[in-house]
Amino acid sequence: MTAHPGLIVTRGGRTARITIGVIIMAALLLAATPAVLGIGASGRAVALLVYILLAVMWNALAGFAGLVSIGQTLFFGMAAYTTIRFADAGLDPYLAILLSIALGALLGWIVSLFMLSLSGGEFAIGMWVLSSLAHLSVNLDPLIKGETGTSLISLNAYDIATRSALTLWLALAITLVVFVTLVALLRSKTGAAITAIRDDEIGARSIGVDVMRTKRVVFVLAATGTAAAGALWLASATNFQPRAFFGIQWTAYMLFMVLVGGLGRIEGAIIGAVLFFLIETYFGAFGAWYVIGLGLVAVLFALLLPKGLWGWIGPRLPGEAIPTGYLVEKSRS
Amino acid sequence: MTSLIINAFLLAGYYAVLATGLAFMYSVMNIINLAHGALIVLAGYGLYVLGNDLNLPFPVAIAIMMAAMFLLGVVLHRAVLARAYGGGELLPLLATFGISIVLDNLMFQTFGADNLSLAPLVGDLSWASFELPGSIFVGKISVYILVTAIVVIGLIELLLRRTALGHRIQATSQDRATAALLGIDTGRTAAIATGIALATGVVAAAALGLRSAWGPYGGSAILLFAFEAVVIGGTGSLWRVLAGAIVLAFAQSLGALVHPQGFLIGGHLAFLVAVFVRLRGGRISLARLFGKEARA
Repeated sequence: MTAHPGLIVTRGGRTARITIGVIIMAALLLAATPAVLGIGASGRAVALLVYILLAVMWNALAGFAGLVSIGQTLFFGMAAYTTIRFADAGLDPYLAILLSIALGALLGWIVSLFMLSLSGGEFAIGMWVLSSLAHLSVNLDPLIKGETGTSLISLNAYDIATRSALTLWLALAITLVVFVTLVALLRSKTGAAITAIRDDEIGARSIGVDVMRTKRVVFVLAATGTAAAGALWLASATNFQPRAFFGIQWTAYMLFMVLVGGLGRIEGAIIGAVLFFLIETYFGAFGAWYVIGLGLVAVLFALLLPKGLWGWIGPRLPGEAIPTGYLVEKSRS
Repeated sequence: MTSLIINAFLLAGYYAVLATGLAFMYSVMNIINLAHGALIVLAGYGLYVLGNDLNLPFPVAIAIMMAAMFLLGVVLHRAVLARAYGGGELLPLLATFGISIVLDNLMFQTFGADNLSLAPLVGDLSWASFELPGSIFVGKISVYILVTAIVVIGLIELLLRRTALGHRIQATSQDRATAALLGIDTGRTAAIATGIALATGVVAAAALGLRSAWGPYGGSAILLFAFEAVVIGGTGSLWRVLAGAIVLAFAQSLGALVHPQGFLIGGHLAFLVAVFVRLRGGRISLARLFGKEARA
């Protein structure tokens, strides 16, 4: 980039360095969970990572590409199902998980070929139709036996302490890889296109941004990350019941995390996921009332604070916490 | 075979009733109301309370509920949609999805998980049937629902094309700013349109409750059927919703013929084919699907 006289262009800074420190600390803490807090806590740690994955991916889709999908359970459920299938065929369960994530990316690419020409509500429910179709088809599989489901039995090859630690470390590694990929993508040339589309799709098109290609990149990444979340959730829960993976409640959770945290900001999605994790831990036992509360809060945020919590916190910080844009200052000289 | 075709047409009438409100809101306000199904289920519970608990005659219950749902529509527009509309095209989707989640679970808490039916409210009618030549019996209720679908769509089309209110609604849907310049109170017009859409949901709720039983979480299935009928039919006129509903009903019936659990899958596949066909501007071609234009 050529320097412009009188202007200083930076990205990052002190806020970003602190954020990186916080993220590394959090990752180290999570990695130490099995040794420090035991098996039960590592299960919860996997749940937290799955929520973060789901929120960051749904936010990338809705916030950056402008695509609200209420059927991301397509990738979540299918990844769990293919993991079961691969494991049943004799593959090591952890290899099965990795293979399922790759298949999720492939499925995302295939789906993007026709779904991305829909927009707004048509895309939103269209994805749900696909998810429902996948759910019904999985139910037909004799291994799954309708809603009875089955388990990832081959995990028993590892003793319980080993497998809970392995699952957590795998979840942590995958979450970090997905996170770094997303940030790198947003800082690249494609990222500039994504931000342009987020701010004004028609305007972006008019200055030569390939909107379809850019949306496809985000969509496939979101499909991959959501598939990873599904496979990890299965590794943690071990039981596969189709309804528990394809159910619409997952969409409600993603919506809550992203709307409360802040649509269009990675920091917001992470905050939303952590908040959701805490709320679920303390109020999850209230059943339907708990879901009603989540829905109400999400609607109120959509109407009153559409930029979410990060929309309030972000501007009050010096610089960006996760720097994806540029800061332009006038130089003093 | 004949009875299969007749039943598919009758089922199409039911889907058309479910889809009319959704299509109306989509065509005049460009909002896909994701709470459409949950609101129909809500109207169903309203009819049940009025008819069963308060012993009101069924037509009276329908009239009261239509007024109530119209008011709810006006409130929904003022409190939620008008606000969300200003924040881009994503917010109405997010807000209505949130509302559907809240409604589903509130109805579960209020009315429990039991399935309810409106059939007892109409006495003999629920099992009465017409006999067609060739000893084919068709349920009277299904026939009435199909007739009602045609009447409701006809009335709304008449309203849109022939009345001053209809013209205001069309103007608002085409260009809000210009309509406002011409002196139309666009907020009020859009609120009335939302009210009308929700009022047609009461007809859908009556059809739902008379054909079968429903539970608190039935809204999502209704939304899916309604949406599929709308997408298959295409926008432009509400009559296309009826056409879409016919295609959907036939696809589901065919699916059920192929496999006992193929009913829903057949409908979903018809939806996908419709998306493909529309994507290719009416022509199906795999080469074009992958971005390679067929050589002229």
